[in-house]
Amino acid sequence: MEKKKLILVGNGMAGVRAIEEILKTNSNMFEITIFGSEPHPNYNRILLSKVLQGDTEVKDITLNNWEWYKENNITLYTGESVTKIDSENKVVYTDKDRTESYDELILATGSLPFILPIPGADKKGVTAFRDIKDTDEMLATSKKYKKAAVIGGGLLGLEAARGLLNLGMEVSVIHIASSLMERQLDQTAGKMLQKELENQGMNFLLEKHTEAIIGNERVEAVTFKDGTQIEADLVVMAVGIRPNVELGKDGGLAVNRGIVVNDYMETSVPHIYAVGECAEHNGIPYGLVAPLFEQGKVLAKQICGEETKPYKGSVLSTQLKVSGVEVFSAGDFIEDEEKKALKVFDDQDGVYKKLVFKGNKIVGAVLFGDSRDGNRLFSMIKKQEDVSDTMKVAILQPTGGESTESFVATMSDDEIICGCNGVSKGTIVHAIHEKSCTTVDQIKGCTSATRSCGGCKSLVSDLLQHTLGSDFDSSSQKEAVCGCTSLSRDEVVEEIRAKGLTHVKEVMHVLDWNSSEGCSKCRPAINYYLGMVNPTTYKDERESRFVNERMHANIQKDGTYSVVPRMYGGVTNANDLRKIADVVDKYEIPLVKVTGGQRIDLFGVKKEDLPSVWEELDMPSGFAYGKSLRTVKTCVGEQFCRFGTQDSMGLGIVLEKKFEGLQTPHKVKMAVSACPRSCAESGFKDIGFIGIDGGWELYVGGNGGTHVRGGDLLYKVKTDEEAIEITGAYLQYYRETANYLERTSAWIERVGLEHVKSVLDDKSQRDELNARMDATLSVYKDPWKEIIENKKTKKELFELVKS
Amino acid sequence: MVNQSITKVLVGSIHELPDRLGKTVRVGEREVAVFKLSGGSVRAVENRCPHKGGVLSEGIISGEFVFCPMHDWKICLDDGKVQEPDHGCVKTFKTSIEGNEVYLYLE
Repeated sequence: MEKKKLILVGNGMAGVRAIEEILKTNSNMFEITIFGSEPHPNYNRILLSKVLQGDTEVKDITLNNWEWYKENNITLYTGESVTKIDSENKVVYTDKDRTESYDELILATGSLPFILPIPGADKKGVTAFRDIKDTDEMLATSKKYKKAAVIGGGLLGLEAARGLLNLGMEVSVIHIASSLMERQLDQTAGKMLQKELENQGMNFLLEKHTEAIIGNERVEAVTFKDGTQIEADLVVMAVGIRPNVELGKDGGLAVNRGIVVNDYMETSVPHIYAVGECAEHNGIPYGLVAPLFEQGKVLAKQICGEETKPYKGSVLSTQLKVSGVEVFSAGDFIEDEEKKALKVFDDQDGVYKKLVFKGNKIVGAVLFGDSRDGNRLFSMIKKQEDVSDTMKVAILQPTGGESTESFVATMSDDEIICGCNGVSKGTIVHAIHEKSCTTVDQIKGCTSATRSCGGCKSLVSDLLQHTLGSDFDSSSQKEAVCGCTSLSRDEVVEEIRAKGLTHVKEVMHVLDWNSSEGCSKCRPAINYYLGMVNPTTYKDERESRFVNERMHANIQKDGTYSVVPRMYGGVTNANDLRKIADVVDKYEIPLVKVTGGQRIDLFGVKKEDLPSVWEELDMPSGFAYGKSLRTVKTCVGEQFCRFGTQDSMGLGIVLEKKFEGLQTPHKVKMAVSACPRSCAESGFKDIGFIGIDGGWELYVGGNGGTHVRGGDLLYKVKTDEEAIEITGAYLQYYRETANYLERTSAWIERVGLEHVKSVLDDKSQRDELNARMDATLSVYKDPWKEIIENKKTKKELFELVKS
Repeated sequence: MVNQSITKVLVGSIHELPDRLGKTVRVGEREVAVFKLSGGSVRAVENRCPHKGGVLSEGIISGEFVFCPMHDWKICLDDGKVQEPDHGCVKTFKTSIEGNEVYLYLE
């Protein structure tokens, strides 16, 4: 079957999106040619504000790179404009004297910035803010000049003004109306916004009509109809856009403000479609990005001859991309005879919220200072939700933190979460399940959601929580080790045991990893699992270790390292302190700090000095860098304390000596306190001991870090020996069942304290666990000593090449 | 057109470079990370991640990529490009292997 010829005029977001939808619908139907006036492939125009504000770079906002066009066999002519359509003969002509015939034609010519027809508008230093070229000009101007005037206090003008402020210019915003963003905000919110932006350093001239731009070749000042003027050496016109319809008009298409289209994006001439900002649907030309996704979908189905729901127009929402200001508006937010508003105004915190109702239906909203509810409200507005059963105020104050999470639960799969990139809830859920995305960033990489204005971040994160939360666990979904495999941790360990696997590469090969050398997540994990399964025979693979564990020191932000020698139970002596002091002097170590774990940390050691520092310290490694037992913190206990009932230092030292260097899924901290005052903070450690009259209480799963968790009482024991026996079995059970990088506090919540107790209650299980633990500990060697004695390792890992 | 001088720096013997790990090479003020990939080919990039200056020579290598140890950015060693969803680029340097000696070319 002969392919039909499809031509797209306009290589921007709307047109290329429509092409993507067409390729999704039927990738073999058309031979596609695209003409674009700009010299770039399709980029994200919305992000130009962020480029100007310095948050991202031009090269990072490409949506479809050159390869994409190649891969999809699309002929792309950039820097070339279509000048004429001959719909009789189905041919287009370009400004490069090219003639191309078509079977179907899509116009996506976008908008043109409106340039005020005033004297001097053609002077140097006057620019619009629409494309990469304009952005580059503003960036270049800011390096040489200092005074900027932005004409237009709408969304685009304010985003440009913020960017110019960031570039070090003085910025005045000139606006014809009496309040800012009057098309998206009511007076109250407009005034609050003005105050906020004035605090950020913008200067506002409201209700000013620009009369002329004066200067010689270059702009020097802007004059107003009231006779006043301001100096400016850059003028940015951001007073609005108008659909770019010239080509359509000349081609004989019906045009009002935009190119008129029906509910299927068809123009008045057969075989010609229009999409995006150049199109006018039902009397509305849209000037925002969201509608083009809906339009593109309809167009694609129609052009490929498939059934489609008609396009019925879009409800719009706006979010200002200026850091430090939260502004959101959606739908129809100006009250009148028919529409009534509910307002919340909190002058103290600078928060203003307004909901607009038509009868029982919510039709619009404005949020200032706190836009967290924006997505939820927008969804209600789009659905024209009936709120007669709900207390109106309750809509604004969802109770508790659960509300938004349960809100994403109520969304249907086809509902759009990211308006900028047209990503639906279903697409994100699919990415979570099928591509193992567990963070907002991964979702961004897989789906482009949150990539543009960032307004939907909270929704995406709620959706992650909702999908990965209890629902996720109970839906027999398993969590894969990482994106390189669909196997879970338990399956990988099971396979290692069953098939007798002994090398990282072998595991990945035998288990069909989708990347031959894995990634930074699975490699260290497999390395740990292999060592756990084969403790006496496995040779740790240093190239699968995170830098700190490979180098046996903690890397710091400047590339130097810190060194923590062992100090069993936090007890030291003059000899050790003297050695440390001498090393500090000799190697000019810039910072000596006492850690939270009762040891001494030497900061700023150069990589190449590490082996000599260790050699001269002549102390064992404290494993302050390791997924391993770090330290056993102790209180002074019965040796000196008036209250201490037990020998806490004694037990601490024994424990630290026994378990030192043990490889565990994540770091393990312990503490021993001689009495319930718990001076060593035993209740917030992975394992904590508290001395009581006649024995010890053992607390487990405590954590004093990011997610503070008090430890649970596991057992009361009578002797040190029992305490050590329980500790060995408990730690080994954690080693054998936890995910790599799962702290004991998370692990105990996952597997359950009672379950762990039931394992440890069984003496024979306890003995087996301890036997495996002892085998593991039997092969431990101090890593610093090993490196000092091994010339090859020293050279390979620590030596610099200097020239 | 200014003639740029190219400096040729001896990194060392290919056998002395550790497999799938980086080596730090310092030339004056400049630090370069030289990697020996599995298969024995060599790549060199500037030793600072474009994100927050992480030391790339200490990253985990997978195929022709390195994961920055600071915040896990994934960087292609062939062209220096940061992989999605992050963005950026590090400078790459030409290398050659003559006999057993690995050389690095600096502009």
